[in-house]
Amino acid sequence: MTQGGIDAEQVKHLGKLARLELSPEEVADYTLQLEQILGAITSISAVAADHIPPTSHPIPMENVYREDIAVRGLEINDFARAAPSFEDDRFRVPRILGEPG
Amino acid sequence: MSDLTRQSAATLASAIARKEVSSEEVTRAHLDRIAQVDERVHAFLHVDRESSIARAREVDQQLAKGELSSPLAGVPIALKDLLATKGVPTTCGSRILEGWRPPYNATIVDKLNAAGVVSLGKTNMDEFAMGSSTEHSGYGPTQNPWDLERIPGGSGGGSAAAVASFESPMAIGTDTGGSIRQPAALTGTVGVKPTYGGVSRYGIVALASSLDQAGPCARDVMDTALLHTVIGGHDPRDSTSINKPVPDVVAAALNADVRGMKIGVIKQLKGEGFQAGVLERFNQSIEILIELGAEVIEVSCPHFEYALGAYYLILPSEASSNLARFDGMRFGIREDDGKNRSVEEVMSATREKGFGAEVKRRIMLGTYALSSGYYDAYYGQAQRIRTLITRDFADAFSHVDVLVSPTAPTTAFKIGEKLDDPLAMYLNDIATIPVNLAGNCAMSLPIGRAPEDGLPVGLQIIAPPMADHLLYQVGSALESALADRWGGLLISEAPTL
Repeated sequence: MTQGGIDAEQVKHLGKLARLELSPEEVADYTLQLEQILGAITSISAVAADHIPPTSHPIPMENVYREDIAVRGLEINDFARAAPSFEDDRFRVPRILGEPG
Repeated sequence: MSDLTRQSAATLASAIARKEVSSEEVTRAHLDRIAQVDERVHAFLHVDRESSIARAREVDQQLAKGELSSPLAGVPIALKDLLATKGVPTTCGSRILEGWRPPYNATIVDKLNAAGVVSLGKTNMDEFAMGSSTEHSGYGPTQNPWDLERIPGGSGGGSAAAVASFESPMAIGTDTGGSIRQPAALTGTVGVKPTYGGVSRYGIVALASSLDQAGPCARDVMDTALLHTVIGGHDPRDSTSINKPVPDVVAAALNADVRGMKIGVIKQLKGEGFQAGVLERFNQSIEILIELGAEVIEVSCPHFEYALGAYYLILPSEASSNLARFDGMRFGIREDDGKNRSVEEVMSATREKGFGAEVKRRIMLGTYALSSGYYDAYYGQAQRIRTLITRDFADAFSHVDVLVSPTAPTTAFKIGEKLDDPLAMYLNDIATIPVNLAGNCAMSLPIGRAPEDGLPVGLQIIAPPMADHLLYQVGSALESALADRWGGLLISEAPTL
């Protein structure tokens, strides 16, 4: 595969990685659109920039320290209200392991 | 005082301070205006009339006791719907967060509350701020008050339209690639993207953390300066917040003088792809700046032509990571048919249902750009281009005080016109994106209407990091020169709806 090219199998795989249950129509649309978008933006590869340091952030990042003082956290009831499922002060989630064999 | 909704925030604040009018009366007038026109404009996703009025009464009481001395006390505001507001619905324009009431406030919201500013509600936006037209909202588009068949820009189209339709004297927006400035240009209002790190990002739902910046929207430069002062400043809860005083932008707005200033016109942002009427207004404004005593020269920023490409790799990469948290487990909707599906299946079904087309597109683009084997060719190269763009700015600012360009290449387009063409949509931000990549500050100022369609045009002023005051100095000089010619602000020509 050439740089900037993308096919339907890759789009399906990306959907899986990104946890998106894509419909067949979406796979077809996104294959076309991602191909177009990548084709347009890969012009940046023409810039000879190997010797240029990358910028990940517009300002220098420094570790921020504070005094280790206990403060009141957020109220558990506020989280409970915001959650799709909440029980016994915990987030209730779907099955996270496979069925016992 | 005649029609309260036509007044500036500064005028309202001083009338409230002098007890000529109460915050409650001002708030009610704006809520009435929203009730009257928002069915057609759709700037708001959430308005809670009773709690806004209750809050205004509280502010009136605090003012009566002399407990508030803020320059905007009692004035209403509209908040973009990605600011966390405790107990108040916050959707980010997405169905995935339908019904979510955050457990805490964004720092900006706390600051506005402390300053006695009264929230009218939450404004519409492109889903998770991905878009330039507000058409990507999961709750339907916002209409441009100048022409209801047209888009108001985006992603902060709701905030800009609320201000332009006199539903609110001011609003908060966020700007990741132009989402404050482009809607300001398209609605004839003023919008400022402060220096990256100048306004706290705590409690703002993240799109691209290295690019996002919140800022003020209003109808004139002074109101944006007052709002900038209220929301700006260091926040220990945001590790990227700059620990320096906010530049004195109010003093700068009062010092409307460009004599002796050097202003650079960016060669790469005024030619191909820009609408004729946009360039005509832009060139006229340059003539005015020269008449006002500025020295104008052309400067070249050779790497700007690669800014769009770098941006559409960096933004989706950061966004695909940031949006991983929307998995249907802790907040928002969960798509679970109860058939003992695995957590991964529930996550995939939830995200498929909750996210719209543009969000999915960018999540996949980011996932692709960050995947092993492509990382250096895409994300790595984009980061190196980012360095080159920052250097272009540094070179330019070694010759001039500020840079100018048109804010957007065209005036507002028709709803639906570019919806199916993602690349055409992305080009709207061609002039605004370089600023976010470098972390500079910039303002969009209304400079007239394009002759061919009668729609507003914006001029972008760009200054170096932490020189936000220069935006206000140049902006207010040009604003008052234009107001002298027009006999008032451009926004007074907007349809009354």
